[in-house]
Amino acid sequence: MRIALFATCIVDAMYPATARATVKILERLGHEVVFPSDQACCGQMHVNSGYLKEAVPVVANHVAAFDTEDYDVAVAPSGSCVASVKHQHPMVARSCGDKTLEARAAAVGAKTYELSELLVDVLGVTDAGAQLGSYFPHRVTYHPSCHGMRLLKLGDRQARLLRSVTGIDLADLPEADQCCGFGGTFSMKNADVSSAMLEDKTANITATGARLCAGGDASCLMHIGGGLSRQGSDVTTLHLAELLASTKEAPVSVTGDVLLSTGKAAR
Amino acid sequence: MSTFLGMPALPVYGTGNLHASESFPKAAHRELGNAQLRANLGHATRTIRDKRLKMVAELPDWEQLRDAGSAIKESVMARLPELLEQFEENFTARGGVIHWARDAGEANAIVAGLIRDTGETEVVKVKSMATQEIGLNEYLEEQGITAFETDLAELIVQLDHDKPSHILVPAIHKNRTEIRDIFLREMPGADPQLTDDPAVLAMAARSHLRRKFLTAKVAVSGANFALADSGTLAVVESEGNGRMCLTLPETLITVMGVEKLLPTWQDLEVFMQLLPRSSTGERMNPYTSLWTGVTEGDGPQNMHLVLLDNGRSAALADEMGRSALHCIRCSACMNVCPVYERTGGHAYGSTYPGPIGAILSPLMTGIQAEENNSLPYASSLCGACYDACPVKINIPDILVHLRSVDVDSKRGTKKIPSQMDVGMKAASWAFSSGKRLALLEKGLPLGRLAAGPDKKITKLPGIAAGWTQSRDIPAPPSQSFRDWWAKEHRAPDAGSATPSQGGVSENSVSQNKEDQP
Repeated sequence: MRIALFATCIVDAMYPATARATVKILERLGHEVVFPSDQACCGQMHVNSGYLKEAVPVVANHVAAFDTEDYDVAVAPSGSCVASVKHQHPMVARSCGDKTLEARAAAVGAKTYELSELLVDVLGVTDAGAQLGSYFPHRVTYHPSCHGMRLLKLGDRQARLLRSVTGIDLADLPEADQCCGFGGTFSMKNADVSSAMLEDKTANITATGARLCAGGDASCLMHIGGGLSRQGSDVTTLHLAELLASTKEAPVSVTGDVLLSTGKAAR
Repeated sequence: MSTFLGMPALPVYGTGNLHASESFPKAAHRELGNAQLRANLGHATRTIRDKRLKMVAELPDWEQLRDAGSAIKESVMARLPELLEQFEENFTARGGVIHWARDAGEANAIVAGLIRDTGETEVVKVKSMATQEIGLNEYLEEQGITAFETDLAELIVQLDHDKPSHILVPAIHKNRTEIRDIFLREMPGADPQLTDDPAVLAMAARSHLRRKFLTAKVAVSGANFALADSGTLAVVESEGNGRMCLTLPETLITVMGVEKLLPTWQDLEVFMQLLPRSSTGERMNPYTSLWTGVTEGDGPQNMHLVLLDNGRSAALADEMGRSALHCIRCSACMNVCPVYERTGGHAYGSTYPGPIGAILSPLMTGIQAEENNSLPYASSLCGACYDACPVKINIPDILVHLRSVDVDSKRGTKKIPSQMDVGMKAASWAFSSGKRLALLEKGLPLGRLAAGPDKKITKLPGIAAGWTQSRDIPAPPSQSFRDWWAKEHRAPDAGSATPSQGGVSENSVSQNKEDQP
């Protein structure tokens, strides 16, 4: 299958390892990955902040980059960006009265998948350890991000994939379905409330005894990881794509201080 | 002289306790500092959340029920004038009197006038959101009329000269020790040996209230539903004090928002399943009172209904926002909302707190209303409210819609654009082209420089400062993914297949080679 990667702006600029891991997983399954280089951002930040007019060119750019027969499906390692492509893009097009853009956006949205959705529903991955060689012998907890959980209805797809990683000890996160408090510009406009939500999330993560919190959205992980870092915690965050890409021969190195590489820091 | 021939000017905005006096972030900052409030709220909302989930899981057709509730409400909104007329005809035919009130001021004046006509100066009240919304108790006090709340939680709040902070559990922000102290301080004749045992507190309130029920000649209530085909009103409650108010006094005055209508008696069936499970997490509610007009020698002999607009037509006129009027005041949205759970209801500055309040208050008062325009931003858009709503109000989408109305209403009105305006414009430019974003990403090493040796950015200026008050930002990578990909795929090795470029310009295709970063 020919799969177009939508890296998302935050992964492209801040977490390239997540996108490289996504490519690696898909290739390991024998698929071909293409990267439409005109892509930039889904425009969710603009839409969610009420700047619909400013979102129009961003949405139009994404639609133009992905509106092609050159690939079978598109994938992004982000539930919230996929939710934006699927749910917000046609809405933005409607808001400016562009019927053609609306139809094209809907078509692009229909063949865009979140990573775990693609792996489980389309590519038939039921055992990451066996099918991808995923190996991660550490205690890990997992935060399911809101948009994947509620807008895309991912259910337990991400958790199922994680649980099937060889050696993993997946610890249940208390109040897992509570928002981490990021919410894009919400974290700036209502910084106090956002911080209070984050405080509870990091306390719950710490309580699991895991030194790593996995998730499917780079933005939520940046928020949670940023809070843990400020608190001086030795717990860190990792995108599930990187965790799935980790093998016995090539273990993942956590961005920054290589906390868990080659099992050295494993408990 | 010109003659006005068109439709009356819309929208007519609501007045009363719908307006915040300070912005949400400011109010939230204050409330977040109250550790007791956060502990009480966290405990209470968690308990109700779990109960609701259990009760909802029992029904295999819950989603169909939600669909039915949503569809019935949608049809009510589409046929509101016709249904109101039908209701008025039936209610009047059964001996009731209808009064129409455009806003809080009109409604208050009508109610005060009706009470004055009875010659009474004391009334008992059934818990009612509509009368909270119009500030009836405060208005009556100014007129020399004392209104006694008979719902236990409302009584606690009233005795403490406080405001409700939740629509179902108005005293959710208080624990039982605080409640005992309020009773000792404010309740006439309270036993000085009063403990904080809930049963003891309830008995104290009961004997206090009984005196009121047996002497009051006038009662004021709200209504949960009104049935157009029969002219019937319904009140749904848990304690039975509502029923005392609805049956004992001679005069009953009900204040109800126009959106509470249901077309037929049969439609009630759907809501009697949706409401208790969503609000208190019960299979059915303990007391459902329905009354249709006056019955000689039984119950109140004078029956009045004040039909209240107070901004509801304005909400109805907003095509995207009008489904907010589907709300049946169950409070499920606030019980699942992480923002509400931490700030409490007072932070919203309106009778309607939580996610529904964040859309309903601005819809009813107009987004330009001072301070209320911060309410649509009081959400991380996590979507828990939409999932919990028994009538499927898409609160996150309406929040986004109201944000865009707010942003658009300010376009071109400011001499100096805000940092947010400038940032959003710049980001729109950068994010609408892969080439531009690539160019900007060339600056990532600068970010690494700013992060310093510990690879963290700990202080950002301007509007981004809020982020770094409690969170670090990792140092950006030395190379973007886009850059890495371009380098990896620029010149395929001689001999290896050149990837097809297909219909996508500048596309590159991976070579299935293991490329360890």
